[in-house]
Amino acid sequence: MSNELLKIKNLKTSFRIDDEYYAAVDDVTLTLNKNEILGIVGESGSGKSALAFSIMRLHTRAKIEGEISLNNQNIVKMPKSKLNKIRGDEMAMIFQDPLTALNPLMPIGRQIEENLFLHNKKLGQQGRKKRTIELLNLVGIPRPERVYEQFPHELSGGMRQRVIIAIAIANDPELLIADEPTTALDVTIQAQILDLIQELKQKIHAGIILITHDLGVVAEMADRVAVMYAGQIVEIAPVDKLFANPLHPYTRSLLNSVPTEGQDRLHVIQGVVPTLKNLPRTGCRFAERIPWVDASHHEENPDLHEVEPGHFVRCTCYKHFYFPDNKEEQENGVS
Amino acid sequence: MWKFIVRRLLITFPQIVFLSVLVFIMAQLMPGDALTGLIDPTITQEALEIQRERLGLNNPWYIQYADWVTGLVQGDLGQSYRFKTDVTAVISERLNNTVLLSVVALVFTYLIAIPLGLISGRYNDSPLDSAITGYTYLGFATPIFIFALVILWIFGYQLGWFPTSGSVAPGMQPGTMEYYLSKLNHSLLPGISIALISVVGTVQYLRSEIVDTKQKDFIITARAKGASENRVYNRHIFRNSVLPIAAFFGWEITSLITGTVFVERIFGYPGMGLLFLESIGQRDFSVVTALTLLFGIASILGALLSDIILGMVDPRIRIK
Amino acid sequence: MAFLDVKDLQVYFPIKGGILNRTVDHIRAVDGVSFELEQGKTYGLVGESGSGKSTTGRAIIGLEDVTSGQVLFNGKDVTDKKAKTKDFRKDVQMIFQDPYSSLNPRKRVLDIVAEPLRNYEKLSKLEERKRVQELLDIVNVSSDSIFKYPHEFSGGQRQRIGIARAIALKPKLIIADEPVSALDVSVQAQVLNFLQEIQKELNLTYLFISHDLGVVKHMCDNISIMYKGRYVEQGSTKDIFENPQHIYTKRLIAAIPDIDPKNRERQFKFRQEIAKEYRESYDRYFDGNGLAFGLQSISSTHKVALPEKG
Repeated sequence: MSNELLKIKNLKTSFRIDDEYYAAVDDVTLTLNKNEILGIVGESGSGKSALAFSIMRLHTRAKIEGEISLNNQNIVKMPKSKLNKIRGDEMAMIFQDPLTALNPLMPIGRQIEENLFLHNKKLGQQGRKKRTIELLNLVGIPRPERVYEQFPHELSGGMRQRVIIAIAIANDPELLIADEPTTALDVTIQAQILDLIQELKQKIHAGIILITHDLGVVAEMADRVAVMYAGQIVEIAPVDKLFANPLHPYTRSLLNSVPTEGQDRLHVIQGVVPTLKNLPRTGCRFAERIPWVDASHHEENPDLHEVEPGHFVRCTCYKHFYFPDNKEEQENGVS
Repeated sequence: MWKFIVRRLLITFPQIVFLSVLVFIMAQLMPGDALTGLIDPTITQEALEIQRERLGLNNPWYIQYADWVTGLVQGDLGQSYRFKTDVTAVISERLNNTVLLSVVALVFTYLIAIPLGLISGRYNDSPLDSAITGYTYLGFATPIFIFALVILWIFGYQLGWFPTSGSVAPGMQPGTMEYYLSKLNHSLLPGISIALISVVGTVQYLRSEIVDTKQKDFIITARAKGASENRVYNRHIFRNSVLPIAAFFGWEITSLITGTVFVERIFGYPGMGLLFLESIGQRDFSVVTALTLLFGIASILGALLSDIILGMVDPRIRIK
Repeated sequence: MAFLDVKDLQVYFPIKGGILNRTVDHIRAVDGVSFELEQGKTYGLVGESGSGKSTTGRAIIGLEDVTSGQVLFNGKDVTDKKAKTKDFRKDVQMIFQDPYSSLNPRKRVLDIVAEPLRNYEKLSKLEERKRVQELLDIVNVSSDSIFKYPHEFSGGQRQRIGIARAIALKPKLIIADEPVSALDVSVQAQVLNFLQEIQKELNLTYLFISHDLGVVKHMCDNISIMYKGRYVEQGSTKDIFENPQHIYTKRLIAAIPDIDPKNRERQFKFRQEIAKEYRESYDRYFDGNGLAFGLQSISSTHKVALPEKG
């Protein structure tokens, strides 16, 4: 498909703990099209950030196996020099914490210009400054000439996040990875930043991977959603299908634990998210958290199954899953 | 920023006053007074009293203190009993030597410390880093005079590369090029000795600063821009780690003072430190007092300098 | 008589400036806040960072000095730090936001939970241990873990240990300052459910401080919206969500992402309308300094900050 921007195949990212490698991202396969927002949802420890860092190859000490190809160039095997040409140019990243993601001792303008300098040698000093002011305007920063000279600590959290976005989009990247871009912000600021990301998507036609723990953010932003648990994608579907017809037990549990209208008690997922060292490595990784579902319903080697066009679910246990406090569902089973 | 400097200066002033009071009290507690070394031991008690009265030595302490401070401000530090001349004159002769020695020591300190710290921090936990860190532990554990003696023995006596005492070769004509080169040559070995010890703190500080900065989020931002590792280090990590070191500069002056006192002695280098030790040995208390005061003021000004530099290099303080 | 009655609470922080570092101005962190709490109910205090919501909670329990105003607990004046008697300190407890930093990492769970008991009750070692085990049972943390250290627990477990400590003395009022903000959704659900359970069991009253309107809506009977140290709106949960009057409240509600993608268009339009209304009618809702006006009653339960009619 010519529209395909990013293709990830059997990606496995492992970290070394006490002389042994443990996979934080395990067998992830997905594609991202141009001009599409793919939401990746999961809780801490799901491997969603590790996935984002793998795509940018920002891990300093990790073993990456499998294939990540951006415009048919394999990032996993790429030499560092080539990688540096792509990072910041073809692919860019927006980070979670605007308070720490900017160099505190460098003026805002210089931090944006650095990205221009690295990838667009033709642009002279004047050109860089002009483009920087333009970018600050684009991300909705008032009085950009002044902000150009300022230091990060002089700006509010929301403004800093706009600067980080300006850095990311400086060279019109084709792939934009936003790692929890609004988690550290107030709700009204979050709404503004999300609007900005939508707006930029229209302008620069980038493919965007939006990583978040907030189901609401995904529901509002994404075209497609991947749900991650314990390093794997457990469900991936177009956004309306995922929310209208969630299938995987984890997706359903997660949706039920968010406070919504007319809910008396929130659903609680049994047990705790396993740590990286204790991740189950075989069988259905969610099985231990839904012990009431008979072991025979899980697959031995769970795979993603396409249940309707574009809607994939891992493991067959979803067919037999019910919430234990929901008697009706328990008796009738799920369709 | 200027407000910060003014406020900082306002704190410095009482510090110096407090120091002067301390030094004054110390001087009062020392045996003897301004007359002790000057007078004929056979003089009568009455004549002595007259002299004492004339010099104001019988006045209440606060008037004596005021007189003393007035003298200080006018550059009158009293009389040296040993040299039979103004303390000011005795000190100013030695001051130039010590300043030269200090500058040499400082230059070497930074020339050695910054590369070592940068290497140690960038390649932390490598064998090279272990070697450098090992050296810093050694430096911490070794008293400076032992270190200086070893250096003197190796480079001065065994290899004969440097002169082993004095501040200038005998017979040089002051003002000639050779004279200045000889001065510089004489200051090198003691200067390096001080530097080799005083780098220790800077190296360790710089190393931990770099190791710390390396893990900051904005470093990831820089990598995500496509900056090469060298650029990430040069533009983001080193810069941000070296700036706090600049603030150490003032404190370095304080540590130099202790350094010079011992090193000048070992190298027979006629500076203020040597003068200080000699004067203690000879009970030339007016010189000791004056030097204590000068060393104290230097430390206070060093701290002041540190704070101001820190304020200038860190925009977070500069703006406020 | 209200259970907790806060009258015109003000908490100012001095701004130091000038060469002599004298107080040149004040930050009005809390600028005239009044509310009443009924026993057994949950009262939500909502606002964004810098709104003064946490400071309000901290001032009530005595972690900040009150500049002026009154705090009455069961009719007794407890505004002043000295007036915070042993009983008050026993009856009012606090739960903090960050389960990672609010527990002393060098203490065992036993010591953490037993600390308030040791301060207020004289128990033998055996009794103390029994009580701690009971408390851990209540919060669903395995009671054989009393000799473990905080780092051996997950975020949710730590938050529950913090809650066990808070309820050790059977308090009447718990001030919960963003108790679930640092937690994952599924863990958040666990803690929220649990807070509701012990509320029923122990007839607790909560002052629930949060920036998350979704959580507040789920938990609270009454809600106040704070902005720059002042209340902009106060009312029952129904009043606030179904009939918001102040533009700031509307902005907050509009900003919550809707969890149903079907509503995306509608939500987007709604947000734009609110943004437009905010720009156009700003002066109706904020005074010359950008602060909210005084509260006016619009129904028996609902108050809104509007300029006085005249």
